Amino acid sequence: MLLAAQDPWIRWDWVQSHTQRITDATVQHIELTAIAVGLGFLLAVPIGLFAWRYRKGRGAVLSVAGALYTIPSLALFALLVPYTGLTFVTAEIGLVSYTLLILVRNIVVGLDGVPAEVRDAARGMGFRTGAQLLRVELPLALPVIMAGVRIATVTTIGLVTITALIGEGGLGQLILDGLVRDFRTPLVVGGVLSIALAILCDVGLGFLQRAITPWSHA
Amino acid sequence: MNFLGEVARWFADPAHWQGANGIPTRLEEHVLMSLIATAVAALVALPIGLLLGHYGVGGAIAINISNIGRALPSFAILVLLVQLVGIGAIPAFIALVALAIPPIVTNSFVGMRDVDPELRDAARGLGFRESRTLLRVELPNAMPVVMAGIRTAGVQVVATATLAALVGWGGLGRYIVDGIANRNFVEVFAGAVLVALLAAAAEIGLAVLQYVLTPAGLRSRIKQERQAAVSIQAQAEPAR
Repeated sequence: MLLAAQDPWIRWDWVQSHTQRITDATVQHIELTAIAVGLGFLLAVPIGLFAWRYRKGRGAVLSVAGALYTIPSLALFALLVPYTGLTFVTAEIGLVSYTLLILVRNIVVGLDGVPAEVRDAARGMGFRTGAQLLRVELPLALPVIMAGVRIATVTTIGLVTITALIGEGGLGQLILDGLVRDFRTPLVVGGVLSIALAILCDVGLGFLQRAITPWSHA
Repeated sequence: MNFLGEVARWFADPAHWQGANGIPTRLEEHVLMSLIATAVAALVALPIGLLLGHYGVGGAIAINISNIGRALPSFAILVLLVQLVGIGAIPAFIALVALAIPPIVTNSFVGMRDVDPELRDAARGLGFRESRTLLRVELPNAMPVVMAGIRTAGVQVVATATLAALVGWGGLGRYIVDGIANRNFVEVFAGAVLVALLAAAAEIGLAVLQYVLTPAGLRSRIKQERQAAVSIQAQAEPAR
């Protein structure tokens, strides 16, 4: 603690001699996030469609999602550790569960938001169920689904920092390293970069959302 | 002996129910810290959100503050804030308060803005002063949304307080952090169960509070608000 008083916020010589490590951590952070969001999305589409189409399944799917969502991430990772160890798999199972919950919820809510008149009109025009889903309902649900992707991505970036505790943490690893060694520079570098990455993705996906659904914004 | 049996034994061990690292002490720390942090955040955030909403100014700030708050990794924020203030209970407390403020500001603003303008006009027409309009007409109508913000903030605080074990504070997160450090997975699992239960209890407790504080005639709106909140992209809650 006494050391901390003299420890500067950042030591550029450390940053310079550790650029490779910082780059690796950033790349790992992005990889962990991309896998979690990608896998979550692949799983969320069928589950979301099922929950939306079959009313009986929906209540169950949404309440399970809601209940799981209340579990703090560190606790969820910790519950998995005894079974899958301090590994990449543990990190990804936890991360995918959260992205899955967000995405399923947004897919169901997005599809629910399609006005009944639009659905009737599509049926009246002779759309089959599949074509109606692909060409009418999904495009109209897209803004909410995209919002889900955005929230899932940003949330995952934050959660990845926590997975450092179970051994696979991207930039979180730098933060943890700084904490353990009571050395501020890696901690500040990891913290600032993870915050910057989150903001960058939030803003970037916000633009993408507006670009691919130009009709949804005034 | 299987793993869950060992976890059950951990819970049954009287040694884990007493002393400074016992469950009652850690639970009390966690609950007190979360309660006080959420209450202080509400005291700071409610006047800001309610007044901005009442006068209809600063909307961009009120909405964006929670968008930004949502985007920021809470672990990074916690660690950096603690570096600013130092290790221990007070820095953890300050970080928790800072993380709880944005959702409360945004929801109280949105709740006030969404009050039917005719109600506001009617109150003015009846000769209500500004303060009375705000407290007696707008606030009760906005209550489901305002309380949804406090609920989000409260659950988030319970979750983030778990992380505070990493920056030298106690609470239930200690079992998880120390367990991982010592490769004692029974302790890790037990701690995770306790944290998950506390988070669920916080969610349910705040839902009850939301129900009780909402005027009887408006209670059917709580469910609607929760569904609506998901569909409005800006309001979907992040995981912690």
